[in-house]
Amino acid sequence: MKQAPKSDEHWLARPRTIRQLWIVFIAILVLTVLAQVFIKVKGYFGVDGWFGFGAAFGFLCCAAMVVLAKALGPFLKRDDRYYDD
Amino acid sequence: MTEWTSPALILLAAAILIGLTRGHLRSAVILVAPLLTLWAIWQVPDGVVGTVRFLDYAIEPVEGSPLRRLFATIFSIMAFTGGLFAFRHARWYELSAAFAYASGAVGVCFAGDLITLFLFWELMALFSTVIVWCGGTPAARKAGIRYAMMHLLGGVILKVGIEGVVVHTGSIDIQPLLATNFDTWMILVGILINAAAPPVSAWLADAYPESSPTGSVFLSAFTTKTAVLALILLFPGEPVLIGVGLYMVMYGIIYALLENDARRILAYSIVNQVGFMVCAVGIGTQMALNGAAAHAFAHIIYKALLFMSAGVVVYRTGKNKCSDLGGLFRTMPLTTICGIVGALSISSFPLTSGFVTKTLISQAAIDQGLVVVYFLLAAASAGVFLHAGIKFPWFVFFQKDSGLRPKDAPWNMAAAMVLFSALCILMGAFPEAFYRLLPYPVDYHAYSPGKVLFYLQLLLFSGLAFFVMLPWLKRTPTISLDTDWLYRVALKKAFSVLADLLGSAQERAQRSVQKLLQTALARIQRHHGPEGVLARTWPTGSMVLWVAIMLASYLILYYLL
Repeated sequence: MKQAPKSDEHWLARPRTIRQLWIVFIAILVLTVLAQVFIKVKGYFGVDGWFGFGAAFGFLCCAAMVVLAKALGPFLKRDDRYYDD
Repeated sequence: MTEWTSPALILLAAAILIGLTRGHLRSAVILVAPLLTLWAIWQVPDGVVGTVRFLDYAIEPVEGSPLRRLFATIFSIMAFTGGLFAFRHARWYELSAAFAYASGAVGVCFAGDLITLFLFWELMALFSTVIVWCGGTPAARKAGIRYAMMHLLGGVILKVGIEGVVVHTGSIDIQPLLATNFDTWMILVGILINAAAPPVSAWLADAYPESSPTGSVFLSAFTTKTAVLALILLFPGEPVLIGVGLYMVMYGIIYALLENDARRILAYSIVNQVGFMVCAVGIGTQMALNGAAAHAFAHIIYKALLFMSAGVVVYRTGKNKCSDLGGLFRTMPLTTICGIVGALSISSFPLTSGFVTKTLISQAAIDQGLVVVYFLLAAASAGVFLHAGIKFPWFVFFQKDSGLRPKDAPWNMAAAMVLFSALCILMGAFPEAFYRLLPYPVDYHAYSPGKVLFYLQLLLFSGLAFFVMLPWLKRTPTISLDTDWLYRVALKKAFSVLADLLGSAQERAQRSVQKLLQTALARIQRHHGPEGVLARTWPTGSMVLWVAIMLASYLILYYLL
């Protein structure tokens, strides 16, 4: 195992590739929502069949969980040597 | 004689042989014994196979059923693949302990009565503790002691429950119960401690990440999933389990989001995944129990795969913390890809094993009209992708360039990871073959276009949320407080305060006794000491004077009277 210089040119680490990956990712996101025009998502409890419900629900739930974790952080987080003393 | 011999004994014999053999012979024992066990598992017919009388109890060491064979099958597959992953790197006593531990798990699967179940249960507790200790660091030693204490406590509670049931019902059979009285509650609590249920979930994330890179692979598989099997056998449809399971699901996500240690993230996600299974057992329908069993089977594979990829990283770099890792995909492509397959499976991405098993549980919630449970499980599915599906591979293999350029996995570790990656994808792609192994008939199609689209939306937008909120998820070199704080800090402080109090009370008592003695001594001294009134020497003249006075008084008295 050796230390290498930080600026290597692996194709996945290039800014250009990262930009392209973002474009592809956003295109896929848009497609999964638009696909609901052609594919019926069965709503077992009403709302879950709404257009784009899965997308909105997934995003908002994750955002809420990140916010909750962030809010709990000051109460729960301690330096990782906390128990060593 | 042989008819009631549990397949678990093959692994137990192997555990002893691992200690007695060397070199290639030991490797052969490690790789062949789990396959022999797998063969023996499929020879066990349905129903009780033989009974042994012991102290007036009818012991049933082996009872077969599709459910029991399913769990025993995955445990023996796990022992094989774990052995393959570890046999060139782990020390012999760690491998021996791992096989004894696996033997305990297989033994629980076929236990026809509560006494046999308890014996194998304790075998697991004993040897899993040894595996934690094999971490070899002072932290592992301390974590192992805490782990042992928790599991011995769980064992005692389980034993109290079992004895209560035996005394009050006269039966040691394993049959569905409901937590309605003290005895059954004790059994339920004893099992839930092993399932890492609240309020003691902390033991899992405390102990597993302290073990060796190979030890954590074994630890991830057996204890919690045996607890799930015990819940399916003893408490199907117990309503309290729905709430317990949902709590575990959310607990795992939040703590994993806060965590910095790569293997501890995975440990929290075990609690999260076992939460799905516990919730399914609480729902209790055939569809739900199928879901719990299937999800346990799939979970053992993808969670071991994730621990293997993390284990290779720890083995090659010696680093655990996300804040020290990153950019490893450059030199560890195979480990990265296998880690990603495991991460996609745990997130129940379509075409992976997690998708075909977790949706069984969601379907069970739908069938029972449990709206809140269904939506919470859907939210948790999104959360799993967030904390394990993306966070783990992102911070370990991508994120920043840490400058580390470790070699990829050794051949045997690579083979184990490829085998489990293939199983994750095969199960996801061909669920029907797997569904035939489940305990109840399955009338369910995982891949309806609408369902696939719903989950793709759910998961991909969770991914978007991760990258949009990445600055908020920045790793910090911290740990998170949990209920184990109570016995690691609060109890310790309480003891030292109590010791101080007792110490000062003792000091005070000592001081007052001393003072009392001193006063008494001083008083005695005054009267009887060399200078005391009663002990001092008087001059002869004063004595003569006194004698004269006395004689004179005598003469006067005689004259007067």
